[in-house]
Amino acid sequence: MAGTFATKRLGKELAKIHESLPPGIELVSADNFEEWFLDIRVLDSNPLYLNQIYRLKFKFSAQYPIEPPEVVFVKLADRPIPIHPHIYSNGIICLDLLGQQGWSPVQNVQSICMSLQSMLTGNSKNERPAGDEDFVRGNRLRPKDINFYYHDNDV
Amino acid sequence: MDTDDDFMSNVSSEEDMLPDDSDNDMSGDDDFDFDDEPDPDIDIQKDIGQQKRAAYDVPFTVHQPQDIQRQQDDLINEVNMILNISKEEAAILLRHFRWNKERLIEDYMDRPSQVLDAAGLSEKISGPPKLQVIPGFCCDICCEEEDGLESFALKCGHRYCVDCYRHYLAQKIREEGEAARIQCPSDGCNIIIDAKSLDLLVTAELTERYHKLLNRTFVEDKDTLKWCPAPDCQNAVECNIKKKDLNRIVPTVSCLCSHRFCFGCILNDHQPAPCDLVKKWLKKCADDSETANWISANTKECPKCGSTIEKNGGCNHMTCRKCKHEFCWMCMGLWSEHGTSWYSCNRFEEKSGTEARDAQAKSRVSLERYLHYYNRYANHEQSARLDKDLFHKTEKKMVQLQKESGMSWIEVQYLSSASKALQTCRQTLMWTYAFAFYLARNNLTEIFEDNQKDLELAVESLSEMFEKPVQDLADQKLKVDIMDKTSYCNKRRIILLDDTAQNLADGKWTFNVEFSTPSAGPSGSGARK
Repeated sequence: MAGTFATKRLGKELAKIHESLPPGIELVSADNFEEWFLDIRVLDSNPLYLNQIYRLKFKFSAQYPIEPPEVVFVKLADRPIPIHPHIYSNGIICLDLLGQQGWSPVQNVQSICMSLQSMLTGNSKNERPAGDEDFVRGNRLRPKDINFYYHDNDV
Repeated sequence: MDTDDDFMSNVSSEEDMLPDDSDNDMSGDDDFDFDDEPDPDIDIQKDIGQQKRAAYDVPFTVHQPQDIQRQQDDLINEVNMILNISKEEAAILLRHFRWNKERLIEDYMDRPSQVLDAAGLSEKISGPPKLQVIPGFCCDICCEEEDGLESFALKCGHRYCVDCYRHYLAQKIREEGEAARIQCPSDGCNIIIDAKSLDLLVTAELTERYHKLLNRTFVEDKDTLKWCPAPDCQNAVECNIKKKDLNRIVPTVSCLCSHRFCFGCILNDHQPAPCDLVKKWLKKCADDSETANWISANTKECPKCGSTIEKNGGCNHMTCRKCKHEFCWMCMGLWSEHGTSWYSCNRFEEKSGTEARDAQAKSRVSLERYLHYYNRYANHEQSARLDKDLFHKTEKKMVQLQKESGMSWIEVQYLSSASKALQTCRQTLMWTYAFAFYLARNNLTEIFEDNQKDLELAVESLSEMFEKPVQDLADQKLKVDIMDKTSYCNKRRIILLDDTAQNLADGKWTFNVEFSTPSAGPSGSGARK
């Protein structure tokens, strides 16, 4: 549950989001200060993601923004999980920015969306992470408890 | 309520110096060394470097919390003076260089700005850290912009409100256990927060934890320092044994709290077995000792297919469920050869039976070999545990003895010495069996086994005397016997350890397993000088 600290900050973020959002990012729902949904799409013509829209789920803890939010892609009939060497087919994203080490409290929902946009834009590999199948089958951990090894920060 | 662990550290409580005594002569007077404080003895160990040490002895020093603090402060002050930077910055630089002062100074002289940058410091000169109220300021973390909001920035100038900074630091220190490398909250800024700024921002309780964590990094950053693993002990031990030397030496150190442990792997003293064998042994024991025990006691293998079979009732006519082989449980021979003597095997030797038993015997040999060593290992472990109770009773016994025989306190101390000797010797014996399990036979193993036997006999007979009722203990003759046996046990232990350690250092043992860590090199001279 979000605490007052998180609530205050999220309230301000939401006000700003209602005002304006960068192209390719849309707010789907933000009914409370615990879980938000946003849609993103890439802005260039990368054939891997052309004409696709992806759904993101944000979960905020009481420690937000000191702690990073939990961000995953969710799969719906018209919202696939983007193919990317750092995105597992269950929607879990391996990005240092979302881990405790890479996170900075200055980041926000909008900046995360933009980082994910550029993570997709910059990718040309039509593949899932190594061991995707095993991970998706075996993983019961929440994304924040997984110790990703950020071996390759360029992708 | 005592755990085994804290028992082991209590065994040789207070002033027991038996195991560390570099002096090989363990005759009577050593047992009465009670007024000796441990510290001088340990300091001596370092000082007498040139003197002949026992082969199993390693030089080490114990540092108490204030020593650790002082060492850090000394280094920080030195760098502070030489490089003319603030103490807080000196501390950050030193941590960045893992307390290698020489390298720090050299690198800093060569290229100060790169060094500062890499360590998370800024070249900018600024006054002492302070909280400020800046008109029109808006905090990037909480988006607060009310008037009079107090804010703080490190030298990098990334400014956040005090409340956010506090939240951020509390999260880092309390939840993540971070101290030495807490960076500015700004994205991608690697400027590290210094102790002075931190003290300004957080509560006293958090500051205390922060400094504790910082102290911890000092010990953890240095390969030559390790924390004493005993519960609640705050000392650290310094020892110069390198990781690569661990196949040639078993670096047992003894903390001021009297806990004896291996500097290589932090486990309880496991002389004479080297760390790697200990690791293998413990793994093996955890893997299959219990199962193997049970299998050995309760099952036989089908003479044809080798399936393990448990006979849970019924007659001797066995039909293997797997391969349908029919055999006799008693003699393991073919059932068909039993003719009419069904259900009671009284045959002497038939060929098929002998062969089957031979094959079975072979498959059991390796298991039996393991069980031989395991049982002895476990027995000493168990006895040591039983002696633990005895040890606790010893003090009572000593009091009782003083009352009944009119002996003085000092005169009954021999019981305490005997109890300590029993503990230490059993600990050693225990590990000699793990060691022997991995030892390949050569002409030295016999000497080792003789030494082992001598020690074992001595320990068992001391153990027996020790259990005598109090009335008997008052007898002067028994007292002298116990004292003699105590010193004999200690002497035998030292002989065994010395011999084993010497051969280990000289690379004279051959093992039937490969060491996982690479050996120090052909001569192995690195282990000892």
